[in-house]
Amino acid sequence: MKVRTSFISALAVATLVSLAACAPPDDDKDSGSENSSDAASATSAADLGGLDALVEAAEKEGELNVIALPPDWANYGTIIEAFEKKYDIKVNSAQPDAASQDEINAAEQLAGSDRAPDVFDLGQSVALANTDMFAPYQVETFDEIPAEFKDPDGTWVNDYGGFMSVGYDSAKVPDVTSLDDLLGSEFKGKVALNGDPTQAGAAFSGVVMASVANGGSVDDIAPGVEYFGKLKDAGNFLPVDPTAATIESGQTPVVIDWDYLNAAESAKLESWKVFVPEDAPIAGYYFQAINADAPHPAAARLWQEFLYSDEGQNLWLGGGARPVRADAMVEAGTIDQELYDALPEVTGTPVIPTNEQTESMAAYLAENWAKAIG
Amino acid sequence: MLPFLVFVGIFLLVPTVTVVVGAFQSDDGGFSLDRVRALTDETPMRALRESMLLSFSSAAVGSVLGALLAYLVVTAPPTSVIRRTVTAVCGVLAQFGGVTLAFAWMATLGFGGLVTNLLADAFGRDDSGSAWLYELPGLVLVYTYFQIPLMVIVFLPALEGLRPQWREAAVNLGASTRQYWFQVALPLLRPAFLGSALLLFANAFAAYATAAALVSQGAPITPLLIRSALTSEIVLGQANFGYALALQMVVVVAVVMTLYAWLLKRTSRWLS
Repeated sequence: MKVRTSFISALAVATLVSLAACAPPDDDKDSGSENSSDAASATSAADLGGLDALVEAAEKEGELNVIALPPDWANYGTIIEAFEKKYDIKVNSAQPDAASQDEINAAEQLAGSDRAPDVFDLGQSVALANTDMFAPYQVETFDEIPAEFKDPDGTWVNDYGGFMSVGYDSAKVPDVTSLDDLLGSEFKGKVALNGDPTQAGAAFSGVVMASVANGGSVDDIAPGVEYFGKLKDAGNFLPVDPTAATIESGQTPVVIDWDYLNAAESAKLESWKVFVPEDAPIAGYYFQAINADAPHPAAARLWQEFLYSDEGQNLWLGGGARPVRADAMVEAGTIDQELYDALPEVTGTPVIPTNEQTESMAAYLAENWAKAIG
Repeated sequence: MLPFLVFVGIFLLVPTVTVVVGAFQSDDGGFSLDRVRALTDETPMRALRESMLLSFSSAAVGSVLGALLAYLVVTAPPTSVIRRTVTAVCGVLAQFGGVTLAFAWMATLGFGGLVTNLLADAFGRDDSGSAWLYELPGLVLVYTYFQIPLMVIVFLPALEGLRPQWREAAVNLGASTRQYWFQVALPLLRPAFLGSALLLFANAFAAYATAAALVSQGAPITPLLIRSALTSEIVLGQANFGYALALQMVVVVAVVMTLYAWLLKRTSRWLS
């Protein structure tokens, strides 16, 4: 039968995956040493006898599985390279373009196999809904992370964040000074949002930004949806997922996205500028966590130590993201000042929605986004 | 027989049973109609409507144009170059779906696409083009691209089964060309044509990859709604709703394929 059976084959794959998941867990042959079983329950490097012991255990495992880390997102390409170079550990990067929920799905489906992700980098809602899957761990620099950006036990820790911004090609469109500018006729068919806000965190925050800028708040996202409705009616809204490729080829001349992602494009496209609206500085942090069932528990913990070290934090900064230890590092003088000063200027008080606010806004979006934009 | 049963069991029965069971389960594992009831909410209803509309219109356009093309092919001698070329090309294009096809159309008609730019140069239109390719009209166009060749492939045997002797018999009995077509050929072809159209409908209804590559904003059709139920990082806890949506698709395709099988039986009475 010639039916295009993507649906059936998807089901078939799902069956295979679930069958694979039923297969008996393969006991880590190469990492069955005592160190590793200790590592799986270690809540700090000290539990294992210090950082050196952790490095040794991790190098013995020799591998680290990461998932959903795009190389051009917050400098992850360089971070992975630096980690591999520093330690004798191979990083397996799966599904770089996957969404946060895909990370959790992969961890559930691959549980017990040595291909399961060791660490997560998640959006807020997904992270807070799945805390029982994480292993608590406190990195050596744990105390320097502000209390509001971490779970007290280290079950999750914010890693890097940024502000919602408008990136635009100044060679193609006039300078953007407010979100209302985007409704003008010069922006016809040019304004793209990074993803579908009912699915992707970055796009969701974009709608929150539009809402705050238009008299809404983090409790009321309706004005944001209305704004995008107007954008759509004006013929300005571009229903294309922006990527580095669409930006460089000029297909998406205006992109609403995190400032660090937009800033990364400036390096490749000289006329690319980043604008963070003064009246709506929406901040958002991603969540870092260790998979409780990590096949490489020591490497997973070493990865955290690396990310929260000065080196790791400065690497994130190199991608235009605001590392969570930035304030402490400024004080200690360990931050890369040049990179820090290059971050887009933000005035006004940063707004970070709480989880409850995010949930109620998400419920509104699920009901109304399709109507406004469909 | 055993390998066949194992194959059907793993790839057809297990997934179907999983879907049916999942659709009638509540979050804590008990029996519940909540998920199935949620299908009547506005968003899934709208996705189903658009899915039907997309499948119906691409099947209608595909089956009419495909049948005409098949007729042209069948009038050429069986060994002619044209006939062999067209059937070979159709065989390839009928399977040319998915991401490749979506990107081919984007490069042609999308923003900054080849034809978009040519039109912009020729008529001074805005080179940013418009978004229709990424919405329902675009999906109909792109789907039609693999529907027409599929129609040619499935409809050709029926046209070939139309014996010249029947026409000669009709002419001998004094029928005009018009009478032959309306009273002999078309009634004979009707079940095969409708059956093929249903197959095209099911084909479009179940297609996912092409739409997924083309549509990144919103989930206008049911397969994309299943994707967003599974991957959304904003609206959590609706992954299981995907089972209900899948069940809905299984039911629609089952109805269509039953009708198809019935029509196929009618055709096979004379086509042998």
